[in-house]
Amino acid sequence: MIIDHSNVILSVKNLTANVDETPILKGMNLEVKAGEIHAIMGPNGSGKSTFSKVLAGHPAYQVTGGEVIFQGQDLLALEPEERARSGIFLAFQYPLEIPGVSNLDFLRVAYNSKRKHQGLEEVDAFDFDELIREKLGIVKMDASFLSRSVNEGFSGGEKKRNEILQMALLEPKLAILDETDSGLDIDALRIVAGGVNQLSNPENAIVVITHYQRLLEYIVPDYIHVTANGRIIRTGGKELALELEERGYDWVLEAAATGVAS
Amino acid sequence: MSLQVSSPSESALSTAAEKRAIYLANLLDVSKRSPTTSPWLKELRDHATVRVQEQTFPTTRDEEWRFTDLSALLQTPLVAVEQPVVSLSLEAIAPFILPEAKASQLVFVNGKYAPHLSCVTDLPEAIVIGNLSTLAGTDGERLRPYLAQQPGAEEVFTALNTTGLSDAALVLVPKGVAIDTPIHLLFIATASNTASNTALIQPRVLVVAETNSAATLIEDYGAIGSGTYFNNSVTEIWIAENAQVNHTRVQRDGHHAFHIGKTAVSQARTSRYTCNAMSMGAQLSRHHLEIYQTGEQTETTLNGLTLLHGDQIGDTHSAIALTHPHGTTRQLHKCIIDDRAHAIFNGKVFVPKAAQLTDAGQLNRNLLLSSKARVDTKPQLEIVADNVKCTHGATVGQLEADEVFYLQSRGIDVSDARQLLVYAFAFEVIDQIAIASLRRTLAELVQCRSMGLRKAKI
Repeated sequence: MIIDHSNVILSVKNLTANVDETPILKGMNLEVKAGEIHAIMGPNGSGKSTFSKVLAGHPAYQVTGGEVIFQGQDLLALEPEERARSGIFLAFQYPLEIPGVSNLDFLRVAYNSKRKHQGLEEVDAFDFDELIREKLGIVKMDASFLSRSVNEGFSGGEKKRNEILQMALLEPKLAILDETDSGLDIDALRIVAGGVNQLSNPENAIVVITHYQRLLEYIVPDYIHVTANGRIIRTGGKELALELEERGYDWVLEAAATGVAS
Repeated sequence: MSLQVSSPSESALSTAAEKRAIYLANLLDVSKRSPTTSPWLKELRDHATVRVQEQTFPTTRDEEWRFTDLSALLQTPLVAVEQPVVSLSLEAIAPFILPEAKASQLVFVNGKYAPHLSCVTDLPEAIVIGNLSTLAGTDGERLRPYLAQQPGAEEVFTALNTTGLSDAALVLVPKGVAIDTPIHLLFIATASNTASNTALIQPRVLVVAETNSAATLIEDYGAIGSGTYFNNSVTEIWIAENAQVNHTRVQRDGHHAFHIGKTAVSQARTSRYTCNAMSMGAQLSRHHLEIYQTGEQTETTLNGLTLLHGDQIGDTHSAIALTHPHGTTRQLHKCIIDDRAHAIFNGKVFVPKAAQLTDAGQLNRNLLLSSKARVDTKPQLEIVADNVKCTHGATVGQLEADEVFYLQSRGIDVSDARQLLVYAFAFEVIDQIAIASLRRTLAELVQCRSMGLRKAKI
């Protein structure tokens, strides 16, 4: 929801970044305020996923210019774990499998890392168990998922639900969902989107990266941005998604190239 | 007149060979000093003495020792264990006691039986358990035909152990007896770093599981004090028809120790054997693990974990000799290698014509945590039978950057993330151990080691 005079959570200015010396982001600009849901759409290779990874601090991406201010602090100066603890959450497009680490242990270690950062006492196994069982309902997950290794042998839908479970637990200020809808059947999509909607509130913000308008029927964005060639070339309201669905991206790209708004 | 001229390199070689010959002769001399009064034992020892005398001290020019350089041992003069044995209290060995086996343990200090530390009251009366001298008489007679009778007993270090054979841990599980209580065979070395003499310690274990019996066994090597010693251990396990042995071997010798250990297992028809071998101690260690199938349809599971750091060298040489049809073997050996440490894995599986319908799988996975860490891995399958299923594989890798990042992105420190991933790698093997307290101890040990890694890396 768009709230008048709400705080700016994320401010990205002229962000440029490389992967292996190849420029991928070529001047991203984005401002996200508390309460808002933003969607980033765009053709393959336009820089959407790179943008999410740069925000989360993936070491394979080198920032070459610009600035990112997250809740008043220089995000780019922080290590990935510090970004996470201060409230950035990236839901991975391909969540990793970690055989040998139980999902429950993983979630508890992550949760306690954040507690420690906030100067709060760590939660013991017993109390954590209670807490996590509450959160399971948000993504309609069975408790048996907790005793399994992180994402090991999970279906695509289960992995994405596990990402949203982590989001529910860590209560980020800014959640970035990187193609969370890709590869989901309609039931899983409803569960995932339902979870995200439950977690959206006037204090936090969500950036949804997606290829498909389908997701935006369930998570309704306040703004839609279209990326091409490493920058945002167009910003509109939720109706832009329908237009993109109907007409594809070419008209936006052409309009951007000629400088004419249609 | 003829003049014999040898090139400098030749003379250097011969000097080195002489040095090794002298060293082996000295080892033999030291080994034979351990006392015995038993005539049959003396005969066994004399026979082994001849076997040692026929052989030479291994060098890296021997194919079997290509990657394992024993020259550090060659530079360590050895003496016999001092008599009387160092006296230890129960408190002193408390960190090694397993709650599940506190009344089913035999303790040996520097290779000698320590009756005041041992207790077997939790075990059923039917079990024959003790050491060579306490098991004189008929019980001892039942075990005698098995001692030093495994194939491979001629190998130089195995024979060396036999030349000094005066004490041993003995376990006989009679026909049809299945014991749930795990048996803990604990071998403690007490070498202080101020001691001027380096002791040769030669632990010996003999386990016989009779028909339809079942037992769980922990063979455990540890140290009190951080001095140098040479542990040359031999364990022989005989598993009769349809019997099963679950064996966990923990080698946590002191940092300056040398450890060369043999596990020889003979498996009769439809018997089942599991070995979980954990190697994490000693500056230089080698584990020979040999399985001999003596009947059809045997099941063999070998899990191994080698955990090395600093300048440690850790070697596992396994050999599974199948000679009958329908055998199943599963082997998983993992190595975690940090700093400048060096791991060696050589896994032989022999499947001759007679071993049709064998199902054999072997996997060796190695995790290198530093750019100077090294592993030499050599799966070695010799398959003659034509109707078998045999697979093998070896992988060498580092921690995945993407996995570390995934954990970091959830707020977990990079050092904690690495620790978690190293532990996860080890967990697959540790989780196989049947004793919960030992699983916990080993898990903590892995975590402590990877915390050492945190200090080194950040």
